[in-house]
Amino acid sequence: MSKEHMPEVRPVKSGSFFNNPRNRALIYQAILLFGLGFFFYTIVSNALSNMEARGIKSGFGFLFTTSGFDILMSLVDYSATDTYGRTFLVGLLNTILVSIIGIFLATIVGFLMGVAYFSPNWLIKRLSIVYVETFRNIPLLLQVFFWYFAVLAALPDVRDSISFGESVFLNVRGLFFPEIIDEAGSGFVYAALAAAIVAIIVLRKWAHKRQDETGDQFPVFLTSIGILIGLPLLALIVSGNPFHLEYPEASRFNIRGGISVIPELMALTLALTVYTGAFIAEAVRAGVQSVPHGQTEAARSIGLKESRIMSLIVVPQAMRVIVPLLNSEYQSLVKNSTLATAIGYPDLFTVFVGTSLNQTGQAIEIVFMTMAVYFVINMTISFLMNRVNDSVALAERK
Amino acid sequence: MLKLSSIIAAGLAVGLSFSATAGTLEDVKKRGMLSCGVSSGLAGFSQKDEKGAWSGLDVDVCRAVAAAVLGDESKVQYKPLTAKERFTALQSGEVDLLSRNTTWTHTRDTSLGLNFAGVNYYDGQGFMVSKKLGVKSAMELDGASACIQAGTTTELNMADYFRANGMKYTAVTFDTSDLTRQGFESGRCDVLTSDQSQLYAIRIGLKDPSSAMVLPEVISKEPLGPVVSQGDDAWFNIVRWSMFALIEAEFLGVNSANVDKMKAEGKPGQKRLLGTEGDAGEKLGLSADWAYNIVKQVGNYGESFERNVGMGSPLKIARGLNAQWNQGGILYSPPVR
Repeated sequence: MSKEHMPEVRPVKSGSFFNNPRNRALIYQAILLFGLGFFFYTIVSNALSNMEARGIKSGFGFLFTTSGFDILMSLVDYSATDTYGRTFLVGLLNTILVSIIGIFLATIVGFLMGVAYFSPNWLIKRLSIVYVETFRNIPLLLQVFFWYFAVLAALPDVRDSISFGESVFLNVRGLFFPEIIDEAGSGFVYAALAAAIVAIIVLRKWAHKRQDETGDQFPVFLTSIGILIGLPLLALIVSGNPFHLEYPEASRFNIRGGISVIPELMALTLALTVYTGAFIAEAVRAGVQSVPHGQTEAARSIGLKESRIMSLIVVPQAMRVIVPLLNSEYQSLVKNSTLATAIGYPDLFTVFVGTSLNQTGQAIEIVFMTMAVYFVINMTISFLMNRVNDSVALAERK
Repeated sequence: MLKLSSIIAAGLAVGLSFSATAGTLEDVKKRGMLSCGVSSGLAGFSQKDEKGAWSGLDVDVCRAVAAAVLGDESKVQYKPLTAKERFTALQSGEVDLLSRNTTWTHTRDTSLGLNFAGVNYYDGQGFMVSKKLGVKSAMELDGASACIQAGTTTELNMADYFRANGMKYTAVTFDTSDLTRQGFESGRCDVLTSDQSQLYAIRIGLKDPSSAMVLPEVISKEPLGPVVSQGDDAWFNIVRWSMFALIEAEFLGVNSANVDKMKAEGKPGQKRLLGTEGDAGEKLGLSADWAYNIVKQVGNYGESFERNVGMGSPLKIARGLNAQWNQGGILYSPPVR
């Protein structure tokens, strides 16, 4: 091919703009995007114009108007004179609270029960099987009702509370215990607590390094506990106990003062923990069983103690199977927490989609905001669990 | 491209189907059935017996509208709704009429796209306490825990009342009337607050009704009435006048026993109501015997009241405000003429 022919080729190329696969792909995508945009625009504008035609109010202005109702439990200051925006926050925090407690406890219960399945003890193994099979197979709503109406409602009346040393009370209205109130100088004790935690982290690193270099082991666990208790205790004595306790006291109707845990929170936490724990136990069992038996035998052959084989050899490898399963269990737990509405625990769903929606009637805005919240919470869990997964995944896959 | 155009077409279809609604009257006639939203269970107002038949003061409004429109009070499809579901069910057109002890308030009337067709029970919020508390007045309730049904005007009145009187309380909310009662019975709260009529209904549902008492205070006005969607005036008129027909029949002394006699040989006012004179039915787009059907099949307001909540029922509620205006109450129907 001679050089004079080259310019003749170029116009053909530019004329074939639509035949270029890259351009075509872009065009199709743009059309699809436009179509989708139009589709959703149609839905939204139709809904808005129809709502207007029917005289239904829309918009987010309601978030700044006074709500006028009270909420059973709030982690931030809230009264009936606050706005609907504030009720959203109160509900959101209550949802996050029950989710965090539930995830934490369900993980512990799940791991204990999952590992118990492999116990050589007949009774412990049966306990694990019965637990998993029972609670995994009963609808969660029934379990919520069970804990609330069968177990907690059977507690004594507020005037006949079960009392532990006149400072902790348990009755049908909840659990009440003394609150620690700070006095001047309490910062010193908190500083000691923080110092203890830093010291433990440093100690662990040092012990790890020493073991790598010399092979000598150091009793990290016992020393850590010693530091964690000893250092703040020392600070407490030196500073002359800058705390006092506020005891719950029986008033005419209720027990006042101190910290109270409402039965709705207890029932929901129990139900979510026990239910999700059963699924986590199964995930743990699957994870442990995925580790080839040869690994255990190899560990025994190098003389590792039986008690450490599980924690040093089996569980770290099992985590590769467990972590992705945990992710979806945690997400289910957050979504299942909306069953709070059945027993009146003031989570986001109860407070916002329940009462606020009914008082304002702005269903579309409120349901949309709530869906967005659960979406964001679960995406956050997913993001965090993916980071955990990266840390336990096989190193060569990276 | 074919796919894309079908997506757009689908979008348009969704949009169009929203706006393509005929009048509710035509819809109901075509269906041969009235879809009526009622309470999921409230003694005296809407309750279902073991055979699945509904009865109650609110249910009678549904039956009256069905009798007026379809000529048969039994052609009603009842949709039990919780307090939280009710307005959405009406807005979305799932029910033609909501007759579910719903308080007529400014916010609901003006911002939800609804119209209240009238009042079929004048109520007020009260308190029920366990007798062993020894409380005689609501003013002694400072610091109490209160069981409340979620999503009601009760929640708002309660907050107002305690705030106005400088008292504190803990609000324990439940989804349904039944769960609220269970909460009260288990001792989760000291006081149950609701509309007075509901308090009596809940009280007879307690294991030991004599252990609880209703306090004398009435802290709010709760005019309860049927609700329809905004923007269909013909339907609004039918529901409103079906209710007035119940009230007017009692005022004129027409009841289910004497309605046939009155129709033939009653006074002019009675004949006008029952369709032997005038064209009241035609003006509503209904048959001439619309009100005759209501009274014949459902009875007048007084009969309905006594049967469901009054002396002929376990609730034994006195007529009080809900008597005719010339009997010491405030029930007043405009004349049918």
